[in-house]
Amino acid sequence: MSREVLSSVVMPIAGEDDVVLVRRRVRDLAQAQGFDAFATAAVTTAASELARNALVHGKGGRATVRELNEDGRAGLSIQFQDQGPGIADLERALAGGYSTARSLGLGLSGARRLVDEFDIDSAPGRGTMASITKWKRLY
Amino acid sequence: MKGQGSIPILRVGSTLLATVHVELYDTVAEAFQQDVLLAIERTGAVGLIVDISGLETVDSYVARVLADTGRMARLMGADTVLCGMRPEVAATLIRMGYAMEGVKTALNVDDGLARLGASTGPLGKGRPA
Ligand SMILES: Nc1ncnc2c1ncn2[C@@H]1O[C@H](COP(=O)(O)OP(=O)(O)OP(=O)(O)O)[C@@H](O)[C@H]1O
Ligand SMILES: [Mg+2]
Repeated sequence: MSREVLSSVVMPIAGEDDVVLVRRRVRDLAQAQGFDAFATAAVTTAASELARNALVHGKGGRATVRELNEDGRAGLSIQFQDQGPGIADLERALAGGYSTARSLGLGLSGARRLVDEFDIDSAPGRGTMASITKWKRLY
Repeated sequence: MKGQGSIPILRVGSTLLATVHVELYDTVAEAFQQDVLLAIERTGAVGLIVDISGLETVDSYVARVLADTGRMARLMGADTVLCGMRPEVAATLIRMGYAMEGVKTALNVDDGLARLGASTGPLGKGRPA
């Protein structure tokens, strides 16, 4: 198993327009890599949720968008980082239905269900790092 | 019908038809909601069709904007049907846990108009029951 990074782009998330740009880039790359419509929508939506979280809760940050290749299989990974307040109760936030913004609180748990790999690291005062990876379906 | 936003709202008989073809983010979403409500007031429309067949991505934010718009329209007396959701959008929303409960949906605009039982005749005060 060798995982190769084909491209890597860092994008700022400082405003609403940046969330749109991240979403658009993820969609374009997924389509360029030949993801089907379902996988494209899934990774684009997950990226949109995490970008919005970084902006709204994390007070802005950045996204690193990477095109991957693992033994001939195309993939896309996006890492989101912010220096915001961090998530005090990560377990609760990941369970879904929990929001400090009087929203439905389905962004984090939903994003997790839409991708193949999901990583998150956050603690109060340390900001938040969330990373998602989606692989192109082989069949 | 020209509002402040970039989403066209047409009148079809007693029904309004809004076609969402641009990404609904904060400013656009707010303008869209206001335009729809003002158009309902102005026309006395009793139905609202929101065509989202052009939307490739609907995240939780956009889903909430769409559902809220329907609820706002409902408060003013206009029944709302969300039309043309793409298969991949429906699959994504359900996987995320967004069932969009309480929102009427239809496969396309024609079905949506049928669902509203929309008269395509001229707008009148007090539609025949
Ligand atoms: N980057 C972040 N920095 C700080 N807190 C975060 C971050 N991301 C998520 N959270 C916390 O986790 C909670 C759950 O996030 P989640 O995205 O699931 O819900 P939400 O953003 O509140 O609502 P929505 O359903 O609209 O996304 C948030 O309310 C917030 O308290
Ligand atoms: Mg969120």
